[in-house]
Amino acid sequence: MNWQWFHRLGSPRWFYEKTDAWVPWLVILAWGLLLVGTVWGLGFAPMDAKQKDSYRIIYVHVPVAFISMACYYIMAIAGAVGLIWKMKLPYMVMKSAAPIGFAFTIIVLATGSIWGRPTWGTWWEWDGRMTSYLVLSFLYLGVIALQNAFQSRDTADKASAILALVGTVNIPIIYKSVDWWYTLHQPASLNLTSAPKIHISMLYPLFIMIVASYIFFTLVLILYTRAEILRRESKTQWVKDLALGVPSKGEKA
Amino acid sequence: MKFQFDSLDAFLTMGGHGTFVWTSYVIVYTILIFLTLSPVLSKKTFLKQQKKLLQLQKKSQDNSQ
Repeated sequence: MNWQWFHRLGSPRWFYEKTDAWVPWLVILAWGLLLVGTVWGLGFAPMDAKQKDSYRIIYVHVPVAFISMACYYIMAIAGAVGLIWKMKLPYMVMKSAAPIGFAFTIIVLATGSIWGRPTWGTWWEWDGRMTSYLVLSFLYLGVIALQNAFQSRDTADKASAILALVGTVNIPIIYKSVDWWYTLHQPASLNLTSAPKIHISMLYPLFIMIVASYIFFTLVLILYTRAEILRRESKTQWVKDLALGVPSKGEKA
Repeated sequence: MKFQFDSLDAFLTMGGHGTFVWTSYVIVYTILIFLTLSPVLSKKTFLKQQKKLLQLQKKSQDNSQ
C-alpha cells in the first residue's frame, strides 16, 4: 500500500499550498448553500402545526449541533494522530478545531435556549441534553486554555490532545442523553437508522443546511489551520519568502 | 414552492415568534461571519508583521557589514 499521501498529510507546507486553491470554492459553496437553506427555511418551508413559526430555528440549531459534535471528533482524532505519530500538522488542526467547536456550541446553546422559551416556556433547564452540551462547551474551553497554559508548544499540544481524547466520552452521552434522561429535550428527529420524523417539505431546507454546515466547517477549519501553520512555521524559509512576497527558494515539502 | 407569508410585516413578526427566530439567526450569522473573517485577518496581519520584521533584520545586517 502506498502511504505517501499519509506522510504528505503531515507536512504543513504541503497542506498550506494544496488548500490554497480550495478556499475560494469552499467559500462560494458554503455561503451559497447557507443562504439558499436560510431563505428556504425562513420563508418557504411550511409552518409547523404545533410550534408555529418558532420551529424555523431548527434550520440553524440542528445542523450546527451536528457539526459541533463532529468537530470534537476531528479535534480528538487529530490529537491522537499527533500523539501517536508525532506529526506537526495534526496538532495544528487540533488547536484550530477548538475555537471553532466552542463557537458552534455557543450557537447551539444560544439558539436552543431561545427556541426553548416559546416552546417549553423556559430559557434553560438542567436537562440531560442541555447539561451534557454545556459540558461539551467546557471541554472546548479546556483545550483552548491548555493551549495557552504552557510555555512549551510540545507540552501544550500533548496536554490538549489528552484532554480532547478523554472528553470524547461525552459525545455518546450527548447523543443518548435524550433517551437515557428524557425530561425536556425531544429525542432526535433525524438519525441514520430510521425514517425521518419531519415532513419532506421541511426536510429539504434542513438537509441543505446540514450539507452547508459541513462544508462551512471544512472551510473554517482549513482557514484556521492555515493561519496556525504560518505562525508555527514562521522560522522556515518558505514562510519568510511568503511574507516577503518572493517565490520560495526553500525545499519543496 | 410558495412564500409562506402574506406580507413583509407577517414575515418579520412570524405570528409573535419573530423576535425568537430573528434573534437566533442574527446570533448564528454574526458568529459564522466572525469565524470566516477572523483567520483571514489574523493571517494577513501576521504576514504584514513578518514582512516588517524581516526587512528590519535585513537592514540591521546591511548596516553592520
